[in-house]
Amino acid sequence: MKRLLPLIVLCALLPGALTLAQAPAGPPSTQADFVPVNQLPAQTEQLPAAPLLMGAYAFVWVALLVYVWSLWRRMTKLEHELADLRRRLQKL
Amino acid sequence: MARVFLPLVLVAMVLFAAAPLVVANAPPEQTMGLVQKIFYYHVPSAMLMFVSAFVCGIASAVFLFRRSAAADRVALAAGELVVLFGAIVLVTGPLWARKAWGVWWEWDARLTSSLLLWMIFLAYLLVRRFGGPGSEKLAGAMALFGMANVPFVYVSVNYWRTLHPKTSVVMTLAPGMRAAFWFCVAAFAALYVLLLTLRKRLEDRQAEVEQLYLAAED
Amino acid sequence: MRQFLRVAWVVMRKDLTVEMRSREIVYTTVFFAASCVLVFAFALVREGRPLEDAAAGILWISIAFAGTLGLGRTFERERHTETLRALMLAPSDRPAIYVGKLLGILALMAIVEAVLVPMIGLLFHAPVLARPLWLVALLGLGTLGFASVGTLFAAMLVRARSRDVLLPVLLYPITIPVIIAGVRGTAALFQATPDEPMARFWAALLVFFDVVFVTLSLWTFEPLMTE
Repeated sequence: MKRLLPLIVLCALLPGALTLAQAPAGPPSTQADFVPVNQLPAQTEQLPAAPLLMGAYAFVWVALLVYVWSLWRRMTKLEHELADLRRRLQKL
Repeated sequence: MARVFLPLVLVAMVLFAAAPLVVANAPPEQTMGLVQKIFYYHVPSAMLMFVSAFVCGIASAVFLFRRSAAADRVALAAGELVVLFGAIVLVTGPLWARKAWGVWWEWDARLTSSLLLWMIFLAYLLVRRFGGPGSEKLAGAMALFGMANVPFVYVSVNYWRTLHPKTSVVMTLAPGMRAAFWFCVAAFAALYVLLLTLRKRLEDRQAEVEQLYLAAED
Repeated sequence: MRQFLRVAWVVMRKDLTVEMRSREIVYTTVFFAASCVLVFAFALVREGRPLEDAAAGILWISIAFAGTLGLGRTFERERHTETLRALMLAPSDRPAIYVGKLLGILALMAIVEAVLVPMIGLLFHAPVLARPLWLVALLGLGTLGFASVGTLFAAMLVRARSRDVLLPVLLYPITIPVIIAGVRGTAALFQATPDEPMARFWAALLVFFDVVFVTLSLWTFEPLMTE
């Protein structure tokens, strides 16, 4: 309980500190929500969106696949090592 | 564990494979058009980055205060996943920003604090790798500070004037977008649990191997 | 509680007494901080004069770099003479030892800042005397945030490998928000008409960071320092 005391103090003080930090008002320039449309408007801008979209998705897939592949590789190596060690210990 | 594992793999694979189809069916957005569809991968990755940071922090606290080696292994797995999902967020975000805002990067509160959170957990991995003996505890402290950072990252976009969309976007999605979004969240969440389990299992094997080496020496 | 404060006070006095005998760390850290300011001033020169808006940023960067150096040197001295282990063996509250070391570091950084602020005022024509109390408050809160995390990590790294490079690697990602808040608050004060509400906002944020960092550090110091 003694160890938890600083944490409780922290949680109690946080809301107070946050209310103190009232951010000075500035013009809101961000979107508050997304508005759906039925069809895409005609492509008039210079920068095409498709390569960026495909690039983003490709990166996600590649990153996940590389990670899973590296896990699989290390796992098989460890399994071999484990089997090997068990055999050696059996012999002793 | 083994009985749950195979269904988990199947669920994750199916969900993840179906995600692009679901995303393609979602209506495009008015202002941002096609590129907004990056949202369906960007936001779930960010959510899982935060979740993983919490998992890592809590596991590190358990490791530091209860000296549980298993908790330390969970922490390492979660730490790696923070870096992985963080990398996804930090790459898909700028790709979206290039079209939506005209620039690859802005030093605003949300982007800066997300980058710092990612770097904290990158430093976590560096310390574990290069810190020498006893570095697990050091890394555990880093993870705790990283976890304390997460709420700050989340609210930063509501407190400061930034280009980044506010957190209210997720709760006010239109029906077509909502279904696609939460489907992707489920897909990513299943994938996260799967990766965490796999990575922890790898660490368990590593610990077993090390114990056997010690036993072989005796 | 009184015992806690007494231990912290004794540890701090020990550090300051040892330091005052040679004054090695104070002199070298202050000189390093001054050199930092000069390097940045020359790097950010336009038409023969340094950028005037850069004063706040340069001040805080120099504080961060000098602080990292001072932390490393202070704990290197502890490692070299093995006194940290002796401190840990003492039958006193571990967090009290942490607070004592933190106070020592704060004293060192206060000396560094006492030199840096007039330098910044002179070289960049920054109005350091316009709102002196706010400036002192920002410097104090920011330094506390930086030093609290720094003392924890520097103490932990005493026994680690690659400790010199790992301290910045670990310290900066966590303390950059503190530095940002310090820079923005100080920049608000250095404007032609000092922006006090802005400075107060950033000072409140610094209080928030300080509470989180000091609490976390006190909480984790004991398990981290025990074998």
